[in-house]
Amino acid sequence: MLNLPQIKPVHQHPSLGDLATIRGRLQTAQGPEYWRSLEELAGSQEFQEFLHREFPQQASEWQDAMGRRRFLQLMGASLALAGVSACSRQPDEKIVPYVRAPRGGMVPGKPLYFATAMTLDGVALGVLAESYMGRPIKIEGNPQHPASLGATDAFAQASVLTLYDPDRAQAVTTQRGQISTWNAFLTTLRTALEAQHLKDGAGIRLLTETVTSPTLVQQIHTLFTRFPGASWHQYTPVNDHTVQAGARMAFGKDVTPLYHFEKANVILALEADFLASGPSTLRYAHDFAQKRRLPGTSTAMNRLYVVESSLSLTGAIADHRLPVRPSAIAGLALAVARALGVIANGSATIQAQVAPLSRLAPYPPASEMQAHWIKTVAEDLWQHRGASLVVVGRQQPPLVHALAHAMNNVLGNVGHTVVYTTPVAAQPVDQLGSLRTLVEDMAAGRVELLVILGGNPVYTAPADLPFAQHLIRVPLCLYLGLYANETSALCQWHIPETHYLEAWGDARAYDGTVSLTQPLIAPLYNGKSAPELLAALLEQPEQSGREIVQEYWRSQYEGADFDQFWRRALHDGLIADTAFPPQEVQLRTDWLAEAATPAAPSPGLELLFQPDPTIWDGCFANNGWLQELPKPITKLTWDNAALLSPATAEWLGLSNEAVVELRLQGRSVRAPVWIVPGQADDVVTVHLGYGRWRTGRVGAGTGFNAYTLRTSEAFWAGRGLEVHPTGERYLLATTQHHHSMEGRHLVRAGTLQQYLEQPYFAQEMSHIPQPQETLYPPQDYEGYAWGMVIDLNTCLGCNACVVACQAENNIPIVGKREVQRGREMHWLRIDRYYKGPPHQPEVYHQPVLCMHCEHAPCEVVCPVYATVHNHEGLNDMVYNRCIGTRYCSNNCPYKVRRFNFLHYAETHTPSLQLLHNPEVTVRSRGVMEKCTYCVQRISAARIQAQLENRTMRDGEVVTACQAACPTGAIIFGDINDPSSHVVRLKGTPLNYGMLTELNTRPRTTYLARLRNPNPALGDAPG
Amino acid sequence: MAQIFHPSTNTIARVSILGAVFIFAGLLWLMAALNRSSYATEEGVVRQQPIQFSHEHHVGGLGIDCRYCHTSVEVSAFAGLPPTETCMHCHTHIWSESPFLAPVRESFRTGQPLVWTRVHNLPDFVYFNHSIHLHKGVGCVTCHGRVDRMPLMSKTQSLQMEWCLACHRAPERFVRPREFVFSMDWQPQEDQRTLGQRLVQEYHIAKLTTCSICHR
Repeated sequence: MLNLPQIKPVHQHPSLGDLATIRGRLQTAQGPEYWRSLEELAGSQEFQEFLHREFPQQASEWQDAMGRRRFLQLMGASLALAGVSACSRQPDEKIVPYVRAPRGGMVPGKPLYFATAMTLDGVALGVLAESYMGRPIKIEGNPQHPASLGATDAFAQASVLTLYDPDRAQAVTTQRGQISTWNAFLTTLRTALEAQHLKDGAGIRLLTETVTSPTLVQQIHTLFTRFPGASWHQYTPVNDHTVQAGARMAFGKDVTPLYHFEKANVILALEADFLASGPSTLRYAHDFAQKRRLPGTSTAMNRLYVVESSLSLTGAIADHRLPVRPSAIAGLALAVARALGVIANGSATIQAQVAPLSRLAPYPPASEMQAHWIKTVAEDLWQHRGASLVVVGRQQPPLVHALAHAMNNVLGNVGHTVVYTTPVAAQPVDQLGSLRTLVEDMAAGRVELLVILGGNPVYTAPADLPFAQHLIRVPLCLYLGLYANETSALCQWHIPETHYLEAWGDARAYDGTVSLTQPLIAPLYNGKSAPELLAALLEQPEQSGREIVQEYWRSQYEGADFDQFWRRALHDGLIADTAFPPQEVQLRTDWLAEAATPAAPSPGLELLFQPDPTIWDGCFANNGWLQELPKPITKLTWDNAALLSPATAEWLGLSNEAVVELRLQGRSVRAPVWIVPGQADDVVTVHLGYGRWRTGRVGAGTGFNAYTLRTSEAFWAGRGLEVHPTGERYLLATTQHHHSMEGRHLVRAGTLQQYLEQPYFAQEMSHIPQPQETLYPPQDYEGYAWGMVIDLNTCLGCNACVVACQAENNIPIVGKREVQRGREMHWLRIDRYYKGPPHQPEVYHQPVLCMHCEHAPCEVVCPVYATVHNHEGLNDMVYNRCIGTRYCSNNCPYKVRRFNFLHYAETHTPSLQLLHNPEVTVRSRGVMEKCTYCVQRISAARIQAQLENRTMRDGEVVTACQAACPTGAIIFGDINDPSSHVVRLKGTPLNYGMLTELNTRPRTTYLARLRNPNPALGDAPG
Repeated sequence: MAQIFHPSTNTIARVSILGAVFIFAGLLWLMAALNRSSYATEEGVVRQQPIQFSHEHHVGGLGIDCRYCHTSVEVSAFAGLPPTETCMHCHTHIWSESPFLAPVRESFRTGQPLVWTRVHNLPDFVYFNHSIHLHKGVGCVTCHGRVDRMPLMSKTQSLQMEWCLACHRAPERFVRPREFVFSMDWQPQEDQRTLGQRLVQEYHIAKLTTCSICHR
């Protein structure tokens, strides 16, 4: 990234002590109660040394290979010139007014918000894009949109960075790289289409990702009426094929389950990361949190059982979590279903429904403990029938989905906690089969014109399908994509695609609601949208995206005033009442007819594929915000790794960062190892999306390519994995240990039972000094006094707030090497703690940002008053005063201050300058920075209130992190206003401050996390 | 042994030690004076602009209200600079052939905007909001001077932080009734302090001097 000399390798992580020591410490209860990593748990000496540094080793030192003399020369020159630099006058600045003022209420200097929709894997999320003088700079959730309800995920937050990415494809290219024009492309296309007309388009193939857009579907259908011989193929690497197949198995038709977590009291999730992975997560997280928040009574809180092989965010918040290998989940689901059948032994209907279970051989539980677990869970589900729920993730085979449908049927949940609707995909197909047919056609030379709309199939296709090999032999291949990537390299024509913030379009949300996409900026790089390319295929290339979408909806609209309808729809970002209605479904009598008994788990290792939590299937590989975002559980940045459980690592003799060769069915890839507590034994999890060989500057050279091992058989999981140590090491950049705060009571948690008996347990964990026990002068705040509460009970650790903060506050990325030195700049970090045994730990998340202490330790040590209190109690950071002593960071017990060791801010790339939030200073080198409680938003609200001659209302100031949070876990407001939400929460028994024993009196406080374990299973997490 | 130094050296040494203090103080004074001089603040410095626009003629002579061109001054942080269209409202009819206005017509015809040089230019780490200052009774003239007497625009105030703080610490010395904020020649009818103190009460003017009010 930065053109600096190569450095010596930095060994950042303290080494992992041997696991026997850890076990010993746990048995004798010497270890810490909460721990962040195995190294901490082992209490190794390296860890202690690591901990006692303000920044990790070498973070605060000049690491580059520079001699002493050179250093002195530079220092001498800097000193001599330092004074001179102050003599310069301010540079001239230009103002460029409009020629004709834009209409539509744009006020210079004030942002506007437009409703639009972002799609991921074809499914829409409604968002509001903030436009500042014509530049989209920030994404917020659309409160009216059912999938968002005002919240956003990390992907949506980071999508503005992709818009301005200078590495995006910028021109129509032909012959694999030569710059051409759209008109030249149209000429080629016209010739090819003329030839196809003669044979009814028998040589035309269209390859798309999952399509939910009604406009696009109609265009595709028109294309097929014109070319009846053509065919349409779909392939998305993270697809819901198993979900569809499972529903067909159970009900005999294509339906999709939609869950109502707000009605569910007991939930069993089988490898279902419903809170953090997929197009409906924001809504599900919101609904789930309704049943999780501040319980008044024991019945108000839901209970979540999770069975999974790799620790997910859903597993992290579970009350009971059972780590098992992927192949064992089918058997376990079968056992739960059978247990339910036994418990419900009464009703004839239920008997009929569970009767097919006898087709499958019974599944022997792995242990006594597991048998008890299964029985208890089944009983709990049955006790809450009608308000319970069984959920299955896409990684599980159709059989497990069918079993879950049957269980939900038996439990009477259908119509209550789960409803079934039409799938949102316009044409739900077996995407693997669809791609296989295409590859066969290409191999047989039947494909003459292949049009690839989006996606990156050369990179993401299963390894056993020779897609790339046959693609290069297709006479004419057109690719529409955002980036020059693996696929564009093998296609004759690459048309740059428009970003969703530049294009017109529509797509369906998870529940079917049609969401409209409208452009906020003209295409930066002359891109075309998918509807525009299809119009060219339909020989109407002059049609603009707006005309296409608007004409389609005009033809669909039956009311009188289309313009009014259209304006309303654009304003809301969605077309009202287009969600699919629930369908009546009937469990087939022989619903297990085509199912085979799940194979008994064989010994040996299994491999599990997962979309990456930050760069998904690889489509965000060139997004620096997402690359540098610590992955929720592993806290890795810039890389993926082979995740192993501690026991498996011990058995294989592996430690963190050891490079292994993973071999599966004759294919192999080299990957660094990362040991994850809570991972099921004998399972290796790999994340997709890394190891790209043709991508932009940010994504190049990161991670290893897990698709190399992914075949159509082993699409989500594979058996018979071999792991061969290579003896090499690969340095990973993790933020796991950074900003550690020793083992005090930082994160506090208890059980629901404990809370009901002793509500103030969290506050009693530490001594809070009296207000007068201080040497600081007392300070009164007469007007507003800002404060924040973070509810650990509903915080999922999903990272949306971290990226939202980054986007709002112009926080730079620093690159892998700098992260290894502990120099990441995120103002808001999410600490992840484990508690209990490494194989089955409880997991806690704790967002940590500036506490805005009343008695701020940072302020008294600043020699230049660069950090001081303001009149509303904020701990201000004044960049223009800061001289970079870093005393404040040293004295901050919460480790929330970040220092610009180098000039990290992006001030050179013109397109990225457009991204900056003009309300926040772009910090330069040598300046300390930290969370400001989004002071620019406070300021804007204060001014607005004063212009309207009123005081600010509760909820008027919404910080960026708060706005993004899907569960409403972050609450901000005026602590001087007794009726404010934040004051109500600060008055609850669960409220506690972090490190209050230091008498810092933090303005940010936490609500302790509660778990709701089943007494029948004991307090243990398992 | 002969003396190395002449007896007068004693005097010279005393004088230079004392003198050093004065020289040092003088240097400090010089730096402070330089920093406040119009060389550094650029007060009274006229910038090269695409059009020699005269506020004196438009405001003083024709009596056009500030808000005719600076449209967003009452609602936004940015006062707004008129689009070429605004100039052309009149100049399609009057002075429509004037060679001075050729760049305006050119801009309107080609769609290429005029590029002006900022006269009142705050550092990038300072966030100033026009709307709230007007709302609290700070007149245009208070910061921008008598623009109705400026054939060419220049700063009349330093816009340095000490100047900002002078008002933020004692707003009663500068505020005026809201209805006169756009007036060029308003003078207080009573003692400014009495009026100011009344207005501070009436408009709820807080003496906001903490850092994040302007820096963030």
